[in-house]
Amino acid sequence: MGDGIDCRWTPLARHLMKDYVSWGRYPKAIPAAVHRVHWTDELLPNTTCSLLPYGNGRSYGDSCLNDGGVLLDMRDLNRMLSFDRSTGVLRCEAGVLLADILVLAVPMGWFLPVTPGTRFVTVGGAIANDVHGKNHHRTGTFGQHVLGMALRRSDRGIVLCSATENTELFHATIGGLGLTGVILWAEIRLRPIANHAVDSETIRFPNLDAFFDLSSESDRDYEYTVAWVDCLARGNALGRGLFMRGSHAAPQERLPAPSGRTRSFPVDMPFPLVNAWSLRAFNNLYYRKQLARVHRSITHYKSFFFPLDNILHWNRLYGRRGFLQYQCVVSPESAKESVRALLEAIATARSGSFLSVLKVFGNRFSPGLLSFPRPGVTLALDFPNQGRRTLDLLDQLDRIVASAGGAVYPAKDARMSGEHFLQYFPRWKEFQRHIDPRFSSSFWRRITTRI
Amino acid sequence: MRHILIIGATSAIAEVTARRFARDGDRLYLVARNPERLESVASDLRLCGATQVETMVMDVNGTDRHVEMIAQAETVMGGLDTVLIAHGTLSNQQACEASFKETLRELQTNCLSVISLLTHVANCFETKKRGTIAVISSVAGDRGRKSNYVYGTAKAAVSVFLQGLRNRLYRSGVNVITIKAGFVDTPMTADFCKGFLWASSEKVGNGIYRSIQRKRDEVYLPWFWRWIMLVIRLLPEGVFKKTNI
Repeated sequence: MGDGIDCRWTPLARHLMKDYVSWGRYPKAIPAAVHRVHWTDELLPNTTCSLLPYGNGRSYGDSCLNDGGVLLDMRDLNRMLSFDRSTGVLRCEAGVLLADILVLAVPMGWFLPVTPGTRFVTVGGAIANDVHGKNHHRTGTFGQHVLGMALRRSDRGIVLCSATENTELFHATIGGLGLTGVILWAEIRLRPIANHAVDSETIRFPNLDAFFDLSSESDRDYEYTVAWVDCLARGNALGRGLFMRGSHAAPQERLPAPSGRTRSFPVDMPFPLVNAWSLRAFNNLYYRKQLARVHRSITHYKSFFFPLDNILHWNRLYGRRGFLQYQCVVSPESAKESVRALLEAIATARSGSFLSVLKVFGNRFSPGLLSFPRPGVTLALDFPNQGRRTLDLLDQLDRIVASAGGAVYPAKDARMSGEHFLQYFPRWKEFQRHIDPRFSSSFWRRITTRI
Repeated sequence: MRHILIIGATSAIAEVTARRFARDGDRLYLVARNPERLESVASDLRLCGATQVETMVMDVNGTDRHVEMIAQAETVMGGLDTVLIAHGTLSNQQACEASFKETLRELQTNCLSVISLLTHVANCFETKKRGTIAVISSVAGDRGRKSNYVYGTAKAAVSVFLQGLRNRLYRSGVNVITIKAGFVDTPMTADFCKGFLWASSEKVGNGIYRSIQRKRDEVYLPWFWRWIMLVIRLLPEGVFKKTNI
């Protein structure tokens, strides 16, 4: 026992690895073994297979998978190490969930500087994907609030890195997809809040032009902005939707309670519940969910930031075949035309999702070499996996994005071509030098096979 | 507010239980061998809400320091009312079969050190006429099996010792809890292939917290082990000796 991990998987091991999937559950990949990391002083496992850290499995595609390799399950490395209540600087181990940070920090008057759409991601995962949120136009990405971190590398042992120390490795690790070594702990700067409430407004808008007007008007005055769009609307209504904007609330007399109980989607649907019919019905109803054009409310931060977190395992909605998430950004110069072209292609295909999201990114450049957010407009939505038909549609979207000087988000991707990746992320060559020699992922092998 | 001494505080199960105590705002005194790991656990518990967290680096096999350690815990926390003994090693059965020295070492860590601690804690609580003692034993102690009977011997001795202690301390109002854990997925068992009987350390750690709150006597964690072990104990020896479990 303990002499290292055999790379050949056995039927038994295969059964036990079924928990290690990505959120979209496409593609399937089976690790040779899983090694749970419990302590920061542990050495990397002794194996000839490649290694990849695995956080809470919220990446959608294959960037958190390592087919035939070893996954390092980081979720037991979940200790808070220090928190300065006066400056908001938190040091914690990499497997800590953002949800855990909120439980600790919100009662003390601090909040995450950047919050993605789910709080069930690890700090390591948030850094490795350089995640962004509804406040990108104000505060940039998660990685821009990381003050420093410790990496364990197979070739150099523990390396401390920050904006002043091992700077290049620091920048490669932000958005580095877990390939530059294992993040052991990180130090992040939280932001102060008066209370746990968000003062928010939801505004119905009739078309894409109205979205752009609302966005430029709101980004000045609101910390958080994002829009839901009806991805099936066409013609004059193309790009219609609901615009959500908000800021952390000022001190209040009465604070809202967290809404609703958490439910769990119980089983895999035998067939996807998302189809052209249900999609049209939902989108029509959702667009009209409020009677007034503008609806203002003071909500609990959980309902504002994490509406989907109340439904655990919502990905089961898509059935056993899983789904593909697509998030792209297109450059600001041609944003209107490109978003219009993307939405037209999606509506024509009569595919798409209940939740399609549109947001304008700000001019906040992340230092991450493979960081996805950049100035422009981002569109995110998921598609039930219908095989070739879905892949063809996404290839079509990729061509629009590529010609619009945009990019596709690796954390959500399961199928983009190597050529497109190289075009979207021109600094990949610089990045490649920092990859740990023993690390790899299904995503990285897929992207680089033809380089 | 409880004043809790945890021996083997860096064990995955104990850490889960300690977090529950910390969220209740209890005072904790943590004992473990590895200073860096102990400190990271302690920092986490402080931020979880514990009123006070103190640590002592110690190898439990140094039994001559036990009295001093218990006294120290009581002094710095200003009291002591709960003790959780969670340390242990998983014996290498083959190595033990080949060497008595190895067997003795395993018995020392998993049994004698526990009995030493219990002796002192029991006397301390008996005079105070209150307190809770919880010890992580194992289902392996319920019947000797060829695959790990040295570990089983140590745990069986601990379980029997606790039975006697519970009987003795009952009149003093001291609660003694034997935790019979089944297969738990922890660093101690990292090399095993895990099947459906395996439980997470969260599940078992939370179970321990509940049994301490409810002042139980003997608990199987998870619960179904009570019935599995009942069947295993009932098998006649003539049949059992031929089995391969």
